Amino acid sequence: MTLDLGPLFISAQLAVVTTVILIVLGAPLAWWLAQTRSRWQPVVQAVVAMPIVLPPTVLGFYLLVVLGPYGAIGSWWVRLTGDALTFSFTGLVIASCIYSLPFAIQPMQNAFESLPRGNLEAAWTLGASRLDAFLSVAVPLSARGFVSAMVLSFAHTLGEFGVVLMVGGNIPGETRVVSIAIFNHVETLNYAAAHTLSLLLVAFAFLSLLAMFVVNRRWQRQ
Amino acid sequence: MMTIALKHAVRFADFNLDIETEIPAQGITGVFGASGSGKTTLLRCIAGLEQSAPHDRTPVHRRRIGFVFQQPQLFLHMSVRKNIEYGLHRNAKSGPAIDDIAAMLDINNLLDRAPRSLSGGEAQRVSIARVLCQSPRLILMDEPLSAVDERRRNDVLPYLDRLHTESAVPIIYVSHNIDEICRLSDHLLVLDDGKVVAEGELQQVLAMTNLPQLAGQNAGAVVSAVQAEYDVHDDLTAFDFPGGRLWVTGRYASSKVRLRVRASDVSLSLSKAESSTILNILPAEIRRIETESAATLLVSLQLGEAGLVARITRRSSQALNLRIGDRVFAQIKSVTVRR
Repeated sequence: MTLDLGPLFISAQLAVVTTVILIVLGAPLAWWLAQTRSRWQPVVQAVVAMPIVLPPTVLGFYLLVVLGPYGAIGSWWVRLTGDALTFSFTGLVIASCIYSLPFAIQPMQNAFESLPRGNLEAAWTLGASRLDAFLSVAVPLSARGFVSAMVLSFAHTLGEFGVVLMVGGNIPGETRVVSIAIFNHVETLNYAAAHTLSLLLVAFAFLSLLAMFVVNRRWQRQ
Repeated sequence: MMTIALKHAVRFADFNLDIETEIPAQGITGVFGASGSGKTTLLRCIAGLEQSAPHDRTPVHRRRIGFVFQQPQLFLHMSVRKNIEYGLHRNAKSGPAIDDIAAMLDINNLLDRAPRSLSGGEAQRVSIARVLCQSPRLILMDEPLSAVDERRRNDVLPYLDRLHTESAVPIIYVSHNIDEICRLSDHLLVLDDGKVVAEGELQQVLAMTNLPQLAGQNAGAVVSAVQAEYDVHDDLTAFDFPGGRLWVTGRYASSKVRLRVRASDVSLSLSKAESSTILNILPAEIRRIETESAATLLVSLQLGEAGLVARITRRSSQALNLRIGDRVFAQIKSVTVRR
């Protein structure tokens, strides 16, 4: 019996896409959370942190409702593309982004908050616009936060199960990610396959976290 | 003479800044005042960094106003050279050559170093170079020596002197240290509780003996002088100023200097003491007498074109029966040479 490694690739693909989206869209949000004096800041902060607290089933349930063909976003998506969002890779990406949002936002936000405030003001007075100063000073000085955000969103997406199951992650070659595949193997008492996939996942999780801590240590020494 | 108009009003919960004045568009304007008098807030308003300031929507980065902060604020992820180029590249007008500025501030050999490896004085010099390279129309300095170790101030001060003589860009220099102000500025604003309480040419403002900000340790005068001769035998240098000649210990390279005479170093006598250890005794006329404290008075003296300030006790004043217009002798015990 050959082991189907497809779920592994789907998981990796999902994690990469999710991480890229979360870094690109999450950085401005993290910046806003770190810099704003708005009284809405705690509200947004709480909303962003919700996925840490909620059981994946609750999150998955609401996503299913909203993304489904009759949901607010799902129905609009069906009209736009003709396809449903649930039980599709795109749907999984959206669900993963929401599920892993706090893991991307919080390291970036912490890094932005610990920036020396005067550094930005110096950049502005030297002729840098807000965006320029953000890209040329804030982002490079927050590199550690970005690395943490990337590793954590990647690893967290790789490890998700409940949300994927809820929004329809069991279509082979489309939405069957590795955690679901392992679950299936166990259900069918195929322990050997479950073992292989699990071990691969354990090794990968360890290596990515190790890489992050090594990089962090090196930066600290500088 | 070209002037720069300053008009800034900001309200905070416990403090209001309300300033409307004009300063010369050349040389260094010192801004002096106690902490909390609004010096830094004024600079932040001029630069556009004060978010509570109501009007003037010109974004900070389009103002071309250089800002030297208390901390050097170097970007730690860039080399010293990249830090200096940061402002140079972001200002369209062709800027000065980095090498010239680096030579002026003596940082040529630091250009390829990391900011983290610099001493406080070196870092502040780099931050000044960075500001000069952005070819600003105006430079603001907010106590640039306050973060520099006391013993290392001389790593920076001579370069500020140099900036004073060589830079064509007007500078506003904020400090609560009267020595720095006396050394560097040509024009002086004295702030108190967010308002200008005195302004004018440095020597004239220092002669205002009625200001509490310029009493106590800060009381004294500054006169411009030129070196007249050096006595090798006694190691004394003579400086001529409009009020006469002052002998100062040591040898000085520069011919044009500023002499700082503290009020506590000047005493008065009605006749010229012939047998005194004090080298400098000059005839003067009393211009003003102001009460400084219950025990002391500050006396403004006119010596030719120049002015000095003397601190005397009320008791001595009564004993000598000093009046405005009286001719006296000023005995000057100590003089500090600036530059």
